[in-house]
Amino acid sequence: MKSRGAAVARKGFRFIHLLLVPPYIALLWVGSYNRVDPALFGIPFFYWYQLLWIPLGALLLYPIYRAEERQKD
Amino acid sequence: MSAAPNTTALTVFVALFALVTFLGFIASRWHRAKAAHISEWGLGGRGFGTLITWFLLGGDLYTAYTFIAVPAALFGQGAAGFFAVPYTIFVYPILFAVFPRLWSVARANGYVTAADFVRGRFGSGALALAIAVTGIVATMPYIALQLVGMEVVLGGLGIHGAWPLVIAFAILAAFTYTSGLRAPAIISIAKDLLIYITVIAAIVIIPSELGGYGKIFASVPPAKLLLGSPSAGNLGQGFGYATLALGSALALFLYPHAVTGLLSSASRKVVRRNAVILPAYSLALGLIALLGYIALAAGVKAMPPYGANGAVPALFLKMFPPWFVGVAFAAIAIGALVPAAIMSIASANLFTRNIYREYLHPKCSPANELQVARIASLVVTVGALFFIIGLPGAQKFAITLQLLGGIWIIQTLPAVLIGLYTRWLHPIALLAGWASGIVAGTAMAAANGFAGSIFALHLLGETVPCYAAVSSLLLNLAVTIVLSFVFNALSRGVRVDATSVGDYA
Repeated sequence: MKSRGAAVARKGFRFIHLLLVPPYIALLWVGSYNRVDPALFGIPFFYWYQLLWIPLGALLLYPIYRAEERQKD
Repeated sequence: MSAAPNTTALTVFVALFALVTFLGFIASRWHRAKAAHISEWGLGGRGFGTLITWFLLGGDLYTAYTFIAVPAALFGQGAAGFFAVPYTIFVYPILFAVFPRLWSVARANGYVTAADFVRGRFGSGALALAIAVTGIVATMPYIALQLVGMEVVLGGLGIHGAWPLVIAFAILAAFTYTSGLRAPAIISIAKDLLIYITVIAAIVIIPSELGGYGKIFASVPPAKLLLGSPSAGNLGQGFGYATLALGSALALFLYPHAVTGLLSSASRKVVRRNAVILPAYSLALGLIALLGYIALAAGVKAMPPYGANGAVPALFLKMFPPWFVGVAFAAIAIGALVPAAIMSIASANLFTRNIYREYLHPKCSPANELQVARIASLVVTVGALFFIIGLPGAQKFAITLQLLGGIWIIQTLPAVLIGLYTRWLHPIALLAGWASGIVAGTAMAAANGFAGSIFALHLLGETVPCYAAVSSLLLNLAVTIVLSFVFNALSRGVRVDATSVGDYA
């Protein structure tokens, strides 16, 4: 059975959820990456930077996932 | 491309295609349904674990059309076509944070569709009908576009005409009818293995033969390499790029086929885990996108009659040995079967639950409901086939409709997504917001001659190129919120809500 305290804690905002935000800031701000240099292995910045955010986005979700799983126990 | 069929490639292609469709038919024996119930056929018994859900959603969201159209966009338009990458990045935090609530409330109340949830949450049949019809209408052209992906690779193999498509879709309709969602779940495993093999080969072997990525990007015209910069009085191409990525991400999990894939998973944990591991497909998609530039560097010409959509198949034909062309093309063609099956099942679920049972035959038995859903999936698949092969210019029409579909489906966001958090929004206000969003969004697309979805708004002397789905959604939200104040003040008594707070956790 869930205690009342646990239910409240789950409803409330938790700071770790802020990790959901960085991908949106990074990629909605197109002006910050719409350029060629620095290129990586001949790939312009515009392309490798956005590709880099695919694994970064997933890595940011993982700690939230762990925190929520721990909270359930 | 009208050369004689390439025998080796064709043999490998047909063998793989036959193997995979065989899997589709035996799928019904896998965890055989315990009861004749729509959630067994239409949601695979709600029992898929982390790995199967990963394959299923991967096959569902990253479709054959995506694998053809995204590199084609880079090949044709340049940097603007790369929006698919931020789009797929934006999807997963939303999936992770919001959609476990939909899974939970659906499990607690036996909901099969998003419209079921809206019906229960807001107690409004009219609003649920609007959600269901929007879903069906947005999905139909998507199914038709999967045929386009298949048509292009068949053309690349030297096979033209309607009959191979008829055969492929007859097989699709048959195994969907018999096995339901279990068929695409099984097939997606084989399909994804083929896709990953193809992608790895394509991004490793072809660039090294062309002299590396530096040479590839050097062969792209400089004007195509980056987005246009903002200027005085114009927010520039970058704003359109960002809103296109954000709007597409917000719309994705409102599509019925995405909801169906989501609700078929066995637990909330499976949904959250998949938000973490599905980006592996995004990486594949990002690399596939670059194939558009690789095709430019290889000197591939747009393949008539398919235009830029022929770029990737033409690249494979030029660079791969024939047997591997067979593998790669089979990956794309099978990649069309998985989403097409899920989409037809999702539309059938909506029709059955939210139109048939709601309005035509409210007292139907579970067995009757299941039978109606199976027949509806047949009708949807055959309908899409006749649309594509029967109507001249249908392909272009399907692309237009799919563009509109994204603008329409996002209008269900306030009811479905915000509805997961609050029932303060009034159903009549939600309907009015939905209608105004659809009208405004369609009008913006029409003003663009249905050729593009970035519509330039003129605000305070500034030109704002914005994805029409995003600007129309903002209008929808404004109308919904203002009218909710009005209707909530006018209405007396408490609205019925079939769900309870605990259902969402």
